Amino acid sequence: MSQRVLDALKAKFGDAIVATESQHGDEVAVVKRDKLKDVATWLRDDKAMAFDTPVFVTCIDLLDWRPVKAPGKPSSTRPEWDGVAPRFEVCWQLRSLAHRHRVRLKVALAENDVKVPSLTPLWSGFEWQERETFDMYGIEFVGHHDLRRIYLYDEFVGYPLRKDYPKEKRQPLVRRPDLVGDH
Amino acid sequence: MLELVTTKLEDVANWGRKFSLFSYPFVTACCGMEFMSVAAPKYDIARFGAEFPRFSPRQSDLLMIVGTITEKQGPALRRVYDQMAEPKWVIAFGVCASTGGFYQNYHAMPGADQVVPVDVYIPGCPPRPEQVLDAIMLLMERVQRKDGHSQLRLKREKIVLEQQRALDDD
Amino acid sequence: MPEIATGPGNLKSLVLGQQDAADLDVEHELPSELMTVNMGPSHPAMHGTVRIVLTVDGERIVKGDVQPGYLHRCFEKESEYATYTQVFPYTDRLNYVSPMINNVGWAMAVEKLLGIGKEIPRRAEYVRVIVSEVSRITDHLTCVGASAMELGAFGPFLFFLKSREWLYTLLEEVSGARLTHTYVRVGGVAKDLPDGWMPKLLRRLDEIDGVMVEVETLLNNNKIFRDRMAGIGAFSREDTIRWGCTGPIARAAGVDYDVRKDHPYSVYPELEFDVPVGTTGDCLDRYLVRVEEIKQSMRILRQACAQIPDGPVMIDDPRCALPPKTDAYNTIESMIRHFKHIVDGIRVPAGEAYTFVEGGNGELGFFIVADGTGRPYKAYCRSPSFVHLATTQKLILGHLIADIVPIFGMINMIGGECDK
Repeated sequence: MSQRVLDALKAKFGDAIVATESQHGDEVAVVKRDKLKDVATWLRDDKAMAFDTPVFVTCIDLLDWRPVKAPGKPSSTRPEWDGVAPRFEVCWQLRSLAHRHRVRLKVALAENDVKVPSLTPLWSGFEWQERETFDMYGIEFVGHHDLRRIYLYDEFVGYPLRKDYPKEKRQPLVRRPDLVGDH
Repeated sequence: MLELVTTKLEDVANWGRKFSLFSYPFVTACCGMEFMSVAAPKYDIARFGAEFPRFSPRQSDLLMIVGTITEKQGPALRRVYDQMAEPKWVIAFGVCASTGGFYQNYHAMPGADQVVPVDVYIPGCPPRPEQVLDAIMLLMERVQRKDGHSQLRLKREKIVLEQQRALDDD
Repeated sequence: MPEIATGPGNLKSLVLGQQDAADLDVEHELPSELMTVNMGPSHPAMHGTVRIVLTVDGERIVKGDVQPGYLHRCFEKESEYATYTQVFPYTDRLNYVSPMINNVGWAMAVEKLLGIGKEIPRRAEYVRVIVSEVSRITDHLTCVGASAMELGAFGPFLFFLKSREWLYTLLEEVSGARLTHTYVRVGGVAKDLPDGWMPKLLRRLDEIDGVMVEVETLLNNNKIFRDRMAGIGAFSREDTIRWGCTGPIARAAGVDYDVRKDHPYSVYPELEFDVPVGTTGDCLDRYLVRVEEIKQSMRILRQACAQIPDGPVMIDDPRCALPPKTDAYNTIESMIRHFKHIVDGIRVPAGEAYTFVEGGNGELGFFIVADGTGRPYKAYCRSPSFVHLATTQKLILGHLIADIVPIFGMINMIGGECDK
């Protein structure tokens, strides 16, 4: 549906766009990390693109990604992008009110290098959502003016939505003094 | 003889307390909608004398913990409970406040009784208003029987104080 | 003899002399310190549990630090350990005043990944639209009623709760639960509408029409209500778009965006309804937009009840539908299929998709990453309340502390949806 967005991106930015795919009506463009700000600024300011609304930003942790191979279809393991075996994929979804098209920008990150430019200066709506992604996954958004935890308390250690954080590991702040046993 | 008088006076006082519970609804989640329904005209909680929520812990004696308590909320809940004056009662409204509900994860506390002692637990997700009214009646029985956690604590402290006085006299 | 005129200024100048009175009148020259006040996680506003740390100059807010997360119940982490059908109860508790819409959104998201989005039976689509719109009405009734009560109008709150009780009873007849329905399934809905339910719904809608007239008479031209709501928390159109606001808040600011019209889904293209759009983006416009949306939802419901066709309410696809009980108890293949569905879940082929519906608060979306097993690999919920609460920091600046009440009320921040 928004295939022309992907075509225009490829035409303008060439090899800064590592890959594009279109599935289930969504258009996805995987972008090189250092070109992300330029791509996003162009998407917002260009009249034909006019992406003025932020939709969401989140992160996919690929630690346990072992998809079941569907018979007859090619394998959908994530390719190594840029020579990096990505652990995290940070996704930003943008929408244009005027043209009604949407696009998803992705940046692949390795495990030990989780810094990515923040798009909050371009769209204010990403401010809290990037804080949420930092809180849950530990992705550091460079250029975010107030990057701190939003859902969890400051004493919490770890990033709970990563696949290696156990679901039921609680870090209680306060318990009744007369309580017996482990809670 | 004196004890008979004070016991009867206490029964009268508890009779008064149970029919005029001033609730502090510590509303967090979906159960709050059912709390609103209980307070609304159809399932009137006013007929039990508990209709007007006091939004200050200093002025209330019934803490209704309505909805999921998370670890981040724990210190706030404890502080609100501590600010209430004795005697006070606690109702855990909903299964999340009772035992954590079907949330077993790193943030939802497995029940509000991890931080405060609870007198009546109401299961249900969310509980039907009739269950809440049943719980209020159970609580009223507990108030009359002097069985609430805070009333038992007061009794224990009084006994300890009297024993100490007896020792000092000796 | 000087004229004894009325008014404090004149009295002051009589007593103190002209110059000193003029000095005293200049308020902003009086030094004052900024004070930090906490509006704690437990507060009387009925909408959600959130903490606002305010820095105030007298009564004016200089800075507000809004801290959500007191109801973070880990929807995403729980979804990764639950099958696709087991996630439905978790979605109920996201926006718990309009739970059917969340259910429909999740079902549509999974169906998109399965590729059966266009094959849902038409009766099932109509039933989904009917229960969604009833849920939307309960959402707006709760929001407007609770906000009115917080401003002192206790009567409208009781009238709206009375109407909400009727709708809860109707939804209870459909799904079995008053609030957290878990009614929709992947491929359709769990069971059909009961006999005689639609005439009951239509009668109740007529009664709600009467309640709306009563409440509008009480509130719309009420000087106190208008003074507290008009001009408060105004958000410009450009800011609304830049912050990602959708739903009644965006529409009140003049942004004509409704997912049901702009990216139509289900059977909304066959139903006629208008989308109210405001002008100034202040609290009064948000209230008026919500009231008008209740009326438009009732219009949709009347049309849907008239147009609903007969037929099955669940798709006939073995990948996601449970077999009928007679087969499951009598043939071994159906029993195994039933067992695999319940224990392993619906096998969704690997892929990712973002699906969005028009929730009570705005664009409610689910971004699912599937890996071919019966459990989602990642299930992210794009919640409108979270996005709107972020704007609250900007909206309350420069207003009085008492203005937080209408602003927070009209943002309709639902704790479960905001904190997921």
